[in-house]
Amino acid sequence: MYKILKKRNLTENVVEFVIDAPNITKRCLPGQFIILRVDKDGERVPLTIAGYDRTSGSITILVQSVGFSTMKLAKLNEGDFVEDFAGPLGNPTDLSGFCNILHVAGGIGSAVILPQVKYLRTNTSQKSDVILGGRTASLLTYEKELGEYADNLYIMTDDGSKGEKGFVTDMLKKLIDGGKKYDAVFAVGPMPMMRGVTRLTAEYGIHTIISMNALMVDGTGMCGCCRLTVGGVTKYACVDGPEFDGHKVDFEEAMNRAGFYKEKEKEHICRLQNK
Amino acid sequence: MPEPINRQRMPEQPPQDRIKNFSEVALGFDDKSAKTEADRCLNCKNARCVQGCPVGTNIPLFIDLIKKNKTIDAYLEIIKNNHLPGICGRVCPQEEQCEKLCVRNNPKAGGAVAIGALERYAADFAAKNGLIADAPVQKNNFKIAVVGSGPASLTVAAELAAYGCEVTVFEAFHKPGGVLVYGIPEFRLPKALVQSEIDALIRLGVKIETNIVIGKTLLLEDLSDEFDAVFIGTGAGLPLFLNIKGENLNGVYSANEFLTRVNLMKAYDIDSATPVFVGRKVAVVGAGNVAMDAARTALRLGAGEVSIVYRRSREEMPARRDEINNAEEEGIIFKLLTAPVEIIGESGKVTGMQCIEMQLGNPDEKGRRRPIPIPDSEYILDCDEVIIALGTSPNPIIKNSSSFLKFNPHGTIAVNEAFETSKEYIYAAGDAVTGAATVILAMGNGKTAAQAIIKKLSGK
Repeated sequence: MYKILKKRNLTENVVEFVIDAPNITKRCLPGQFIILRVDKDGERVPLTIAGYDRTSGSITILVQSVGFSTMKLAKLNEGDFVEDFAGPLGNPTDLSGFCNILHVAGGIGSAVILPQVKYLRTNTSQKSDVILGGRTASLLTYEKELGEYADNLYIMTDDGSKGEKGFVTDMLKKLIDGGKKYDAVFAVGPMPMMRGVTRLTAEYGIHTIISMNALMVDGTGMCGCCRLTVGGVTKYACVDGPEFDGHKVDFEEAMNRAGFYKEKEKEHICRLQNK
Repeated sequence: MPEPINRQRMPEQPPQDRIKNFSEVALGFDDKSAKTEADRCLNCKNARCVQGCPVGTNIPLFIDLIKKNKTIDAYLEIIKNNHLPGICGRVCPQEEQCEKLCVRNNPKAGGAVAIGALERYAADFAAKNGLIADAPVQKNNFKIAVVGSGPASLTVAAELAAYGCEVTVFEAFHKPGGVLVYGIPEFRLPKALVQSEIDALIRLGVKIETNIVIGKTLLLEDLSDEFDAVFIGTGAGLPLFLNIKGENLNGVYSANEFLTRVNLMKAYDIDSATPVFVGRKVAVVGAGNVAMDAARTALRLGAGEVSIVYRRSREEMPARRDEINNAEEEGIIFKLLTAPVEIIGESGKVTGMQCIEMQLGNPDEKGRRRPIPIPDSEYILDCDEVIIALGTSPNPIIKNSSSFLKFNPHGTIAVNEAFETSKEYIYAAGDAVTGAATVILAMGNGKTAAQAIIKKLSGK
């Protein structure tokens, strides 16, 4: 059992939890994830490590209520426990060798981008600009925190309620066309957004890394549920990723796989809510 | 000369009933048939059956105790060599081991003594009568870390704990048991039985830490610092795929994923938080025990038609005979001498599998006849779900995090005859060393490794 130390509502359906998990903080790094089970009959849910504190032994996660388990999880409060919490899983982000990095965060992609930008600012001399995007101002995640660690933070909203009106790709284009030089783009967010970014950066010839949030069961390379095609080769998001060369990822296939249980999940939520 | 008494058959749930439930298929001997079967054992002086047992169980002795109605003593005799008797009685390939070498193993003598069924009988009898075999253990000061909690690891943990070591088992999943809980289905190996055999180890003093992924949460180096010896029993968990077109369509599972969803995550329950897709027509590729398990599981989950697709013939099927017979009785279709060429889909979902018919050519280096495609024999098998059960290779997490260890070309851990790795005080056995094999072989090798660890630490 793992205790919830803090709970904070970030946006209307995104909750931040700080969980007591000293085992995991020993070796975790930005880019890795954990797998948790809410209760003893829970499914295994992979979630990004959005922050860690080695001194207090706590891990920060963001939970977006999209399915049965995340909805259940979001209802828990400070002092409650989650049944299981394992990690760190996956490989840490590797941006070594790049000097000027443009990070692009859409939705709760900030959960991956924030610890990375913080890490670069604290431990390296690499430059980090960040584009943070969301549908509307109230859905922007970690705006203040990203502002603390980024060299420049650019905000984009679909409705123009904050920052500039438009998509993250509009800002990306504007920055590069305006003369900004980046040797790598690190984009994390919903798959259509990551695909949009990679299409654009391919035109500019900028190396682009994306983080795949695939369906998983064990998260340790045992089942192959999270497999995707990268450069024509099957890879496992859990042990080979979660980060890949965005120009080589087969997004169509990945999006199809991500939707496999959508209908089942809907039925399931209805049935259990009506109980 | 009187007719010899034939080998007793274990009662089973009838096929028409069992395909609708997940309860155990084989029901075990009652006292009378156990006694009859035990009486068939000739108590050979030079017991060949024992030579066929990877853990060296004293088979004639435990059977003799059953004959004398001393079933508890039979159980105590078995666990001297084997701490998981209820499991082994059910899943060992006895027909390839002890029973193969039995002097009665021919029809004239009524068939081999049902050693596995008797082992199971003794274990179940002990469990039913609440027998807890807690011999007082003289503690020593050795601390041992065991990585993984499948058959090899549990054997090592039991052997070392019984010797008096302080043993800690690290399991990546939320539940211990490895393949015994995620892989082998309930109808073949009840999970309550696995748990009761694990509970017996906990009573022996074994500590089990779940949710710890060695190579991620902690490294082998961390364990070496804290423990006197480390045993790696991480198995062969990485599923192999066919590498054909269409394999990433929705509706294609590795057998590992399909079985894990159902067994460990309980997706057979409609209210389970973990979903599983069950097709109208399911094709299972492969013909080992795991393929039979996946096919029979799909059938129980309500699939309309389930086929085993295998590129060789019946003779070469690697599954236990019992599993093949059970699958056949339950109505699984065997499409033999058939190989998949491509998985076909529409809107991202499986709609069929293109197959080609095969014939057998000359034997390969392992002596198995090589399948050769028959030209122009391709056809489309109607199916909306494909489960790939081609075997597994070792999990890469230990390898990727432990560059100081030596590995074999296929990713298995290199060990010497004492199962010590290239790093002193770190041992490994089971599928992580041999590649995918059987529960009992993993246990046999685990036992040898445990004895080597004791020898090394005690300097004897």
